[in-house]
Amino acid sequence: MDKGFVGQAVKRKEDPRFLTGTGSYVDDLNLAGQVHAAMVRSPFAHADIRSIDPSKALALPGVVAVIVGQDLVDAGINGLPVGWLLDGLKTPDHPSIAVGRARHVGEIVAAVIAEDRYLAEDAAGLVEVDYGTLPSVADVSDALKPGAPTVHDDAPGNICFEWSIGDKDATDAAFAEAAQTVSLTLRNQRLVANAIEPRASLAQFNAGTEEYTLYTTSQNPHVHRLLLAAFILGIPEHKLRVISPDIGGGFGSKIFNYPEEVIVLHAARKLKRPVKWTAKRSESFLSDSQGRDHATEAELAVDGSGRVTGLRVKTLAAMGAYLTTFAPAVPTYLYGTLMSGQYALPNIYCEVTGVFSHTVPVDAYRGAGRPEATFLVERIMDRMAQTLGEDPAEFRRKNFIGKDQFPYQTPVALSYDSGDYEPALDRALEMVDYRQFRQDQAEARRQGRYLGLGLSSYIEACGLAPSAVVGSLGAQAGQWESSLVRVAPTGIIEVFTGSHSHGQGHETAFAQIVADELGVELDAIEIVHGDTGKVPFGWGTYGSRSAAVGGSAVVTAVRKVRDKAQKIAAHLLEAREEDLEYVSGQFQVKGSPDQAVSFGDIALQAHLAHNYPEDLEPGLEASAFYDPSNFVYPFGTHIAVVEVSPETGATKLLRYVAVDDCGPLINPLIVAGQVHGGIAQGAGQALLEHAVYESDGQFLTGSYLDYAVPRAEHLPSFETDHTFTPSPHNPLGVKGIGEAGTIASSAAVANAVIDALSPFGITHLDMPLSSQRVWRAIRDAQPAAAAD
Amino acid sequence: MYPESFSYHAPSTLDEALGLLAQHGDDAKLLAGGHSLLPAMKLRLSTPAHLVDLKGLRGQLQYIRDEGDTIAVGALSTHHQIHTSELLGSRAPLLAETAGHIGDMQVRNVGTLGGSLAHADPAGDFPAAILAAEADLVLQGAGGQRTVAATDFFQGFFETAAEPGEILIEVRVPVQKGGSSYQKFYHPASGYAICGVAAVIEGTNGTVSRCRVGVTGVSDAGYRATAVERALEGQTFSAELAASAAEQAAAGVDPLEDPFASADYRSHLARVHTRRALTAAWERN
Ligand SMILES: Cc1cc2nc3c(=O)[nH]c(=O)nc-3n(C[C@H](O)[C@H](O)[C@H](O)COP(=O)(O)OP(=O)(O)OC[C@H]3O[C@@H](n4cnc5c(N)ncnc54)[C@H](O)[C@@H]3O)c2cc1C
Repeated sequence: MDKGFVGQAVKRKEDPRFLTGTGSYVDDLNLAGQVHAAMVRSPFAHADIRSIDPSKALALPGVVAVIVGQDLVDAGINGLPVGWLLDGLKTPDHPSIAVGRARHVGEIVAAVIAEDRYLAEDAAGLVEVDYGTLPSVADVSDALKPGAPTVHDDAPGNICFEWSIGDKDATDAAFAEAAQTVSLTLRNQRLVANAIEPRASLAQFNAGTEEYTLYTTSQNPHVHRLLLAAFILGIPEHKLRVISPDIGGGFGSKIFNYPEEVIVLHAARKLKRPVKWTAKRSESFLSDSQGRDHATEAELAVDGSGRVTGLRVKTLAAMGAYLTTFAPAVPTYLYGTLMSGQYALPNIYCEVTGVFSHTVPVDAYRGAGRPEATFLVERIMDRMAQTLGEDPAEFRRKNFIGKDQFPYQTPVALSYDSGDYEPALDRALEMVDYRQFRQDQAEARRQGRYLGLGLSSYIEACGLAPSAVVGSLGAQAGQWESSLVRVAPTGIIEVFTGSHSHGQGHETAFAQIVADELGVELDAIEIVHGDTGKVPFGWGTYGSRSAAVGGSAVVTAVRKVRDKAQKIAAHLLEAREEDLEYVSGQFQVKGSPDQAVSFGDIALQAHLAHNYPEDLEPGLEASAFYDPSNFVYPFGTHIAVVEVSPETGATKLLRYVAVDDCGPLINPLIVAGQVHGGIAQGAGQALLEHAVYESDGQFLTGSYLDYAVPRAEHLPSFETDHTFTPSPHNPLGVKGIGEAGTIASSAAVANAVIDALSPFGITHLDMPLSSQRVWRAIRDAQPAAAAD
Repeated sequence: MYPESFSYHAPSTLDEALGLLAQHGDDAKLLAGGHSLLPAMKLRLSTPAHLVDLKGLRGQLQYIRDEGDTIAVGALSTHHQIHTSELLGSRAPLLAETAGHIGDMQVRNVGTLGGSLAHADPAGDFPAAILAAEADLVLQGAGGQRTVAATDFFQGFFETAAEPGEILIEVRVPVQKGGSSYQKFYHPASGYAICGVAAVIEGTNGTVSRCRVGVTGVSDAGYRATAVERALEGQTFSAELAASAAEQAAAGVDPLEDPFASADYRSHLARVHTRRALTAAWERN
């Protein structure tokens, strides 16, 4: 009988070690003879580096080396590459240590290596850098103004790329014929990723074999290896092993190649000693790639019956001072392609300009492009509903793509393969008791209390991705995933996956999949990931791809193992393969369960090969390379309920209802964790978080004293449910859930606040909807409202 | 986070501690709960060469004592001890209430009253209550003891009346007459006060006889909102009066600014929270 682990809320296998402090993170690792690196970072957003004098630092006993940018150049080390190219993309050199000029606060200008980290920090303070400060610019709009300071000479006007998607003429025509249009000018503010574990890298070099080992905080160790070996260091790939052990969260920020990895690798070779660097939290703020940062103008058109007919979008997307690994993809193919949302929106045109400025680089952050798109679409849908005087829920419903319209080709490249949007909307409305809420809201307003409700009917495209498709769009990477399932003589099953778990719970979810396929216990299965020395290859974890792509590779490989086991079983039972069935971990002859052989016995025979089919290789393992035929399209409706204090502007999130459709749930507990964390992050963006730069590029929110992340007290108990529309194209029918909460929630919370403020005539406010911003808006609006 | 290196001293008597301060002068810093000092050292914003840990003096400086008209609170009393003290709760509840608004449980279990006041963070909570309660602060130097009134103690951004070489040993809180309240608007990132208002009001038959208001978070140091006090004293309390008096909460003050709250918003919050504190304090009178 099938045990059915899939679908069960199995407690995570990895949690005991995390909860008892016995996890093994990069900073927990120490190698004999190890020395420590500390970075000297530019305090200026833009400055010539006239000279660097390391003599005082080097004079400190215990200081081993000071490395500057020219040292890396002299060693033949290249800058950091860009992994996604667009037409006309400017890719200025991105050195690991600045040479001659620093372009953002926090850019590394020298690295100090010393016997311990305290010494290294002391010495870093003694490196004398003669800076000549230069004019600088932080804001995307400012950076495009004529005469703005230039970040890179080879990117005139600070333009990194100009990109568009959709049919401009058809969209313009839709606007010309529109019965009503609305426009929205918005800022999607810059965020810090805030993984709980700061980045860390520890490098070792074996002078005999010329092999490097890099322990590093990576969401995709093979991508790290490929780019470091082939592009940056110029060494054969097999001479670099990348190990990414237990990792405390990434949210995208650990996808990319970072300078510190290059520096410790170089230093380890030069010094013939292991070199370790762990980010201080203040370095995380100044050097982890940041997220979002768009300035957007959008317009929506409807016909006389209130059906959306056109969406026009113009976005300036901040790239920061340099392009990191996937930066160009985020505000383009992960953003413009999502502009149709859940709606039958026939004409869309979206233009994006990527802009350099003297700020920390911007790249993928949980949701990556899709939260920005969802925020825009769901905000402007609300704006239109309000303008038309229609109920926001019914306005959405009326414009949904009907369930009989799938597969649905959007005007922005994606083909939604499946979906059924109304049940999720209905369920969310039912959970929140929508009608009752509107009555309560009206009553509260009479008492001078301002309640608001915000909807976000989101869709996202994830499970990256059909390799040929992303290749045609500029990706310099494939997006399939690999798995190797290896059965030991004792029947223990090792599953090597190219996906990487840094909080997602693969050790449990993937084991559940395998356990069901083979009818064995979870403890018989070991999920191995995060080591290029063990796992053959993989593209890693981001874009909510682990279950849909990585999981599909696992299932495919384990089914191959089962097929081979069946051949061995048939031989052992002297039966025909097709007469066997697999039940509770054994093959048995159909109708006579006493004629059976267990999976464990088969595994043993596969290794002994004493009594074995002549035409079969010994051993019991199989690998699979799974390339999906499409993205997966999770969707749902989230609803936030808030109360805004008109006196202080403070917003309290009272309720949060989330109905998500990610297909069947492999593990509801893990899904709930992903949804909860995602909502918290999105609500954080809506209400609190903001990476603030002074106009000259000084960074004002570089610590948790100034950068507000949501805490338990800021959040209500989330109310979650699901609808189930399986993906039609992968073996498990699963869709991603890792980013959905973040993608949906900023819009839901922001819409709720704007709804609460509607009596004041306020129709839009930018995030974060901080108490000050809300208070100011009410104050400025009140005279107008009173005059009504 | 990596502080600069320093020498660590663990005196077991007050004299020993004072001796170490005298010996090392500006190079020495006292360490109480460490919840303000150590974060600053980790960021290398503070780089003392010598740390003089007061932990060994808990036997002498950690107490909350009934002295008749006054409650004497030893400088090493933790925020949690103050928050949960029955003596303070019944006889000087403003201080106990305020302590409950500081940080989280971990912070309250370690941070001390003396450290908090000596540090004089403009966004710290205790200054508001100490000012409204009209407490006195007892400073011990090598040459002897002196007592400074709360209004004279807080002098500016992280600046107090304590001289180098002095240790704050005790806070003397008059037994509270009338009702009190502390109203705080939390900074969403740090949890400190963007604005915190402590009020004590005494009165009979609807008339306010005495009112004290301490404000923190708004200016570079905690201050007494004397204009508010004057507007209330001798008047018949009403919601309207509280509101109009509260308009003076930031009068004459040059408010702080940060990305989260500009000067005008801070002053506005000071007015709102002053009204709330006055109203709640009067209800408890
Ligand atoms: C996460 C966090 C959140 C916090 N939130 C808040 C908050 O919401 N509100 C708030 O008010 N505070 C907050 N704090 C600060 C906390 O209350 C500190 O404990 C307090 O400000 C300092 O007290 P301490 O005993 O830790 O002093 P220390 O950090 O040890 O010392 C602070 C300074 O005072 C000096 N000093 C200490 N004791 C004496 C003494 N007896 N005589 C003379 N000088 C002395 C030290 O030399 C040092 O300069 C927070 C702290 C943290 C870490």
